[in-house]
Amino acid sequence: MSTRDETFSLMSRRAVIGGLAAAPLGLAASRAAAQGSGPIRIGELNSYGRMAAFAVPYRNAMQLAQDAVNKAGGIKALGGRPIEIVFRDDGSTPGDATRVAEELLTRENVAFLCGTFLSNVGLAVADLANQRKALFLATEPLTDALTMGSGNRYTFRVRPNTYMQTRMLVEAVKDRGIKRWAIVAPNYEYGQSAAANFKRLMTAAVPGFEVVGEQFPALGKVDAGATVGALSQMKADGLFNVLFGADLTAFVREGNTRGLFEKRTVASLLTGEPEYMIPLGDETPEGWITTGYPWETIEGNGHKEFVTAYRARFNDTPRLGSLLGYVVVGMIRDMLEKAGSTDTEAMIAALEGLTSQTIAGPVTMRALDHQSTLGAWIGETALNGRQGTMRQVRYADGADYMFPEAEVKAARKA
Amino acid sequence: MDPSFLVLQALSGLASASSLFVIASGLTIVFGVTRIVNFAHGSFYMLGAYIAVTLVPRLLDLSYSPAAFFLGVLLSALLVGLIGVAVEVLLLRRIYRVPELFQLLATFGVVLIVEDLVLKIWGPVDIAGPRAPSLRHGVEILGQRFPAYELVLIAVGPLVLGLLWLLMHRTRFGVLIRAATQDREMVGALGVNQARLFTLTLFLGASLAGLGGALQIPRVPANAHMDLSIITDAFVVTVIGGMGSVPGAFVAALLIGQLQAFGILIFPKVTLVLVFALMAVVLVVKPWGLFGRPEAASGRVMPPEGIPSLRRFRPADVALAGLAAAALLAVPLLGDAYKVKVATEILIFALAAFSLQFLVGVGGLVSFGHAAYFGLGAYAAGLLVTGPLKAPMELALLAAPLAAAAGAALFGFFIVRLSGIYLAMLTLAFGQIVYAICFQWVEVTGGDNGVVGVWPSSWASGRITYFYLVAALSLTAIVLLRRVIYAPFGYSLRAARDSATRAEAIGLDVRTHRWLGFTLAGAAAGLAGGLYAFLKGSIDPTLTGIPLSIDFLVMVLVGGIQTVMGPLVGAAFFHALKDAVMPLTEFWRLLLGIAIIATVLAFPRGLAGAAEAIRGRTVARKPVEASA
Repeated sequence: MSTRDETFSLMSRRAVIGGLAAAPLGLAASRAAAQGSGPIRIGELNSYGRMAAFAVPYRNAMQLAQDAVNKAGGIKALGGRPIEIVFRDDGSTPGDATRVAEELLTRENVAFLCGTFLSNVGLAVADLANQRKALFLATEPLTDALTMGSGNRYTFRVRPNTYMQTRMLVEAVKDRGIKRWAIVAPNYEYGQSAAANFKRLMTAAVPGFEVVGEQFPALGKVDAGATVGALSQMKADGLFNVLFGADLTAFVREGNTRGLFEKRTVASLLTGEPEYMIPLGDETPEGWITTGYPWETIEGNGHKEFVTAYRARFNDTPRLGSLLGYVVVGMIRDMLEKAGSTDTEAMIAALEGLTSQTIAGPVTMRALDHQSTLGAWIGETALNGRQGTMRQVRYADGADYMFPEAEVKAARKA
Repeated sequence: MDPSFLVLQALSGLASASSLFVIASGLTIVFGVTRIVNFAHGSFYMLGAYIAVTLVPRLLDLSYSPAAFFLGVLLSALLVGLIGVAVEVLLLRRIYRVPELFQLLATFGVVLIVEDLVLKIWGPVDIAGPRAPSLRHGVEILGQRFPAYELVLIAVGPLVLGLLWLLMHRTRFGVLIRAATQDREMVGALGVNQARLFTLTLFLGASLAGLGGALQIPRVPANAHMDLSIITDAFVVTVIGGMGSVPGAFVAALLIGQLQAFGILIFPKVTLVLVFALMAVVLVVKPWGLFGRPEAASGRVMPPEGIPSLRRFRPADVALAGLAAAALLAVPLLGDAYKVKVATEILIFALAAFSLQFLVGVGGLVSFGHAAYFGLGAYAAGLLVTGPLKAPMELALLAAPLAAAAGAALFGFFIVRLSGIYLAMLTLAFGQIVYAICFQWVEVTGGDNGVVGVWPSSWASGRITYFYLVAALSLTAIVLLRRVIYAPFGYSLRAARDSATRAEAIGLDVRTHRWLGFTLAGAAAGLAGGLYAFLKGSIDPTLTGIPLSIDFLVMVLVGGIQTVMGPLVGAAFFHALKDAVMPLTEFWRLLLGIAIIATVLAFPRGLAGAAEAIRGRTVARKPVEASA
């Protein structure tokens, strides 16, 4: 799958072995040295096997963007060197991922790391990057900890985190006058932290806000009938949903049949993303307020051209992963142009505060917490024929939903 | 609480129970006859769902009617049954004569292969199936709506139970199944064609799994994670009911269904633990499950699955072991930084696998949850270093084996009361409880995110220094454990393994010996876990999960369960293989599965076992023949 040139990789591997016999300290130096000529190698690790619904469209768009960058003359600040992304499966566990990351750094001789899907994998690789003093661009993991309590100066994150996405939803529902809410979330860090953020932000925004009940089904094992039954019993006026994937489909079907969503406002994280919307098909509930990526309605910033190119090359519609992959490569190009070097410190300096013009609009990498201002689209779910879609869509610029600076400073003081 | 709500919640529980029973009945029948713990049963379930979401819509296009829908469901079940036959004929039949654990390993290879094949064939996107015609709506019950389809599901469970009863009591095939469940050897001795019986049993079992999956398509989308999420539940049901007992599975499924439906009202956050806690309680009170019987074989002398006889190192072996150790210690001088990393991991896994071999090969205690103690060690070390104590690495590495030993002593107290497959299942239950606690108790364990920043003290932070630290500790622990195997304690454990009654008769306290052995193995795994945490810099629940437990078992079995040092070879082989295969393709699980099955077929006694056989020391052959 990877497009790497075998002869090159063998040569550089031997060069590294020579440089490494001495001591681990020599590592960083030899990495910079071996990056002197040829393509700029970027180590991308992701769950291409187990999370293929997200990761494969993501990789597709990265390849599309990589070819576009190279066709346009490569990285001009580095003498037109092309970029070359080395893709690796991260095994979906932190143990495997950190080993793969080491392999990319020591053998494949990459300038920096990017990728990861699962939050635990992202955090482990981030910590490894900190330890090995290598740049890590965490693209997908959502956990707040990555840029807050567990943040470090070598790690940057692209996607809007759980807090930002929840805050976008809270903004959208707070003026509807609904006070009695029920919460359903998968029982793991993402679900629990989304629920906690929701409670905190709603308490501040809506006087009289109250949570009348919560359900935390096990991830991937939702007992939809029992969960929907328990939620109906709570007689809430609003429902905040964090379920996604197969859990979401099972939950929606059960809820539709039992009328759980009738006469209730539902605020739902991520449901508008094509990855999760497509399996819902003609059962997509109407009128849920959600974050997502309605690719067919987005104009401007070259997004339409991106969609055309993507569909032409892969004969498939873009997913959120595709958007992210394309945006990430653009940011990488801008970072390298600004840094003019593949030295880790130069790249960090370039990335902090860097603003990129992306197909989602301008995105800035905030220096304070290394969180990008990439936003998400907010709207209501709707049925279009037999497929779900979003209506009344607006782009919520991540810059308006970032963690307050004081909170960041308190969390990252370590 | 509103009584109508309680009725509806109970109905929801019945619908889940019914689905669970259909799947678990197949698992329990297959186990009863073949004695194979069939991990691939979850894969059959998943295939049932995927085939149904492909087949049923086509049939509905021809005729949009409930008849077409259920015809499609039945066809899917039969197709999965045929796949089950293929697995039996192509794979399982070839390994009935090897230790039963190897068959488990082979079925796990099938799991890996099916997982990736499903991704390849159906793509990564979840596929929602069609709803059943005329059953889309909700039925008004006591003023609340309840899905009509789930009422049908509630009826399916008893229907399948009734049909299975008829099959078991009114057909020759059923009589043979019951006979084989009671005493397989006797059925063979009476001239029954066992190959055909096994093939048909696999067909029946796989069909039931496929039926279970196909029936789910209006409720759950077909997705590539279904297999492992159902297999643990199916295990729980069969174990609570008593392995091999169909009515037992029915009662157990009812219990679990209701526990889930009402448990989430009282403890919305701990449902994952509840099920396994129920299983642990049942096994502690009734060691063979609710309807199970003591294994027929337990009164008979069975050929041991483990190290048959100890052989001290001869000069040639000493030279070989010395050479291997020297080669390993020279890795930092010869290999690059990455090789050092992989070698460190192999050393750690070697210790974990060796401690498991101590349990399985010496003690005869097959653990499906050994990663729990590996994980306990890792968590103890990680939380000590990063928590409020900010303890140094040295203290954490001391605490890791102690914490794991404490956990092993606690769980082991209950575990060693059981034997055979029930013991294995209880280890699985405790393993899952540890996993659930690590996964869901976010405040303390960091949940699935785990805890990062678990790095060694500065003096040991270099890759090479840490490698030698791991080498020193792992090799010392391995040598000590080996010493225990050759000490009277080890001999007592083996005596208890081969015949608990005879060991008791000569005055050995079997239970205490096993309990101490379990604790010791837990401590060694905990040390490995602590070392692993500092190598990776983080801890997270995958360190306690079933996949890692299975990895350890694979290492033991691939290396050779009948040899003392085989698991070390197995750890090196398996980890190096995984490392070599992973960068090649994202379908590396497929290659790994094929490699595991190839190893089982080519070296049914493991790599080290094969090496011994080649050298003409055929001590291990006799018991294998005896088990035929």
